[in-house]
Amino acid sequence: MSYAEDPSGDRRDFLYYATAGTGVVVAGAAAWPLVNSMNPSADTRAASQLRVDVSGVGEGTQLTVLFLGKPVFIRRRTPDEIEAARAVEMSDLVDPLARNANLADAAPATDEDRSLATFDGENTGEWLVMQGVCTHLGCVPLGDGSGDFGGWFCPCHGSHYDTAGRIRRGPAPENLPIPAVEFIDETTLLLG
Amino acid sequence: MSGIPHDHYEPKTRGEKWLDRRLPIVGLMYDTLMIPTPKNLNWMWIWGIVLVFCLVLQILTGVLLAMHYTPHVDHAFASIEHIMRNVNGGWALRYIHMNGASLFFVAVYLHIFRGLYYGSYKTPREVTWIIGMLIYVLMMGTAFMGYVLPWGQMSFWGATVITGLFGAIPFIGEGIQTWLLGGPAVDNATLNRFLSLHFLLPFLILGLVIVHVWAFHTTGNNNPTGVEVRRTSKKEAEADTLPFWPYFVIKDLFALMVILVVFFAVVGFMPNWMGHPDNYIEANPLATPAHIVPEWYFLPFYAILRAFDGEVWVVIAANVLTGGIIDAKFFGVIAMFGAIVVMALAPWLDTSSVRSGRYRPMFKWWFWLFIINFFVLMWVGARPAEGIYPYIALLGSTYWFAYFLVILPLLGVIEKPLPQPVTIEDDFNHHYGTDHGTPGSGVSPVSTPAE
Repeated sequence: MSYAEDPSGDRRDFLYYATAGTGVVVAGAAAWPLVNSMNPSADTRAASQLRVDVSGVGEGTQLTVLFLGKPVFIRRRTPDEIEAARAVEMSDLVDPLARNANLADAAPATDEDRSLATFDGENTGEWLVMQGVCTHLGCVPLGDGSGDFGGWFCPCHGSHYDTAGRIRRGPAPENLPIPAVEFIDETTLLLG
Repeated sequence: MSGIPHDHYEPKTRGEKWLDRRLPIVGLMYDTLMIPTPKNLNWMWIWGIVLVFCLVLQILTGVLLAMHYTPHVDHAFASIEHIMRNVNGGWALRYIHMNGASLFFVAVYLHIFRGLYYGSYKTPREVTWIIGMLIYVLMMGTAFMGYVLPWGQMSFWGATVITGLFGAIPFIGEGIQTWLLGGPAVDNATLNRFLSLHFLLPFLILGLVIVHVWAFHTTGNNNPTGVEVRRTSKKEAEADTLPFWPYFVIKDLFALMVILVVFFAVVGFMPNWMGHPDNYIEANPLATPAHIVPEWYFLPFYAILRAFDGEVWVVIAANVLTGGIIDAKFFGVIAMFGAIVVMALAPWLDTSSVRSGRYRPMFKWWFWLFIINFFVLMWVGARPAEGIYPYIALLGSTYWFAYFLVILPLLGVIEKPLPQPVTIEDDFNHHYGTDHGTPGSGVSPVSTPAE
């Protein structure tokens, strides 16, 4: 109850704002742990690396592994598929970026930037490793040359990916992302 | 309440007086139950009670189901089968709960369309409408999370697609999605929190239902004429209204009985009619079902979500104007949520001073087209997104937005409304005759019912 002529009005106002401000900060500080408890737990965060034996993956076949709750496609491409992917003009691509976690963000979506080098460092284009999650709404695209571009096809909303996993037609906005991955010996991949 | 003159509760016995001085709860219940209700309400005014019944039914069966359900990715699917095979009457509980959700949405859509046709959202009932929309959104959230719990293929992939919507938000989307899921993908953490929220939200809905009822008890019910109850004298108010108990309670309960006959026929003879066979396959993160379809009550909005792909000019324009921040994916999400937002804004978009669609000759056509369009969207939402279907979905979505953003504002200006009855009493007498029943209708209601 401060009156206009009350000299203690300023002091009251100050106390009022200080109390209210402190209250907001305290409420926020109390709320954050509650909100944060819904973020990924320590064991979920810890499971962030995976070794995969790819010695059994023959040419023209695909191994699908579950990594961080999502499927990862490991495909050993045929020469035809490599040739088809390398013949694509960059101007035909919906998403011009490689989306490759192993390269710079601005790397273009050439087939060389999408495929994985073997253990001796030579990129023959044979290995294509990418997350099997449609960039539209997260379905798992079908492989084995499906879709109009001979690569992958998402059955949910009809996104077509080519033989390098690049989006070519449909609602998906981006190429299939390539996770951090490398060969750690002749036949073993390290994801993450 | 409602400013309509009527008799109030008077505590008579000493016990009643004792309680009333300390907590006037009997008076509150009396006023709620005896509220003067327009006596010309038609059968579209039964859905409120049906909805309250659905909420109670879902909470009751849900609490019992939760006693037998295990929220873990390794056990959830099996625990549903355990409920179906081992729990005493478990199959009935589950099938009633499953189909109860469908009944809930049948009733809520009819309730909403009733409000849209008779202008129940118009002043002074905007707050009732807004709270109703909040309840509807909470219902959708609850139903969605409930559908995830059986941990079948549709549960899992439905959850993946719908939480993916949040991932479409620019900049912060991925963080929100991870936070919602509790990990990089739909997994055990997701299942656990969905059970927790699926249990919580119905009680929030219950709270909002009380506020919803409070709001329209403050303004009084709308009625098929949209004409207000006369509040000038008690005599006139009584000529326009009847107390909610017993007249409307008995009418509503009769309607509920008829509806429950159909409901239990579905529960007993075709319990999986509205479900998807794929949900009886346990969730598998490595294989997407060929065709992901949400439950029927989400289909119109699912169709709107999918309608806006990168080839639609508004999407391209939005993309260019925002410098690529709003892409096709995010646009679809905005459109889907926007479809509900424009409906919630109907009280301010509708410029017509005439409340009831009965006296709006042009509005009627557009309204029924809106209803047909709703079913077209529902149908196209269940089709695969290829061929002609995306174009139908786009057309339907356009009409949905045009109805609220163009047609409702314009009609109020260009339409010439028909004459409305002066009072509710006139409408009632016109319909039933002044002192005898309608011939051949099998009932003989009288304008002044027995005391």
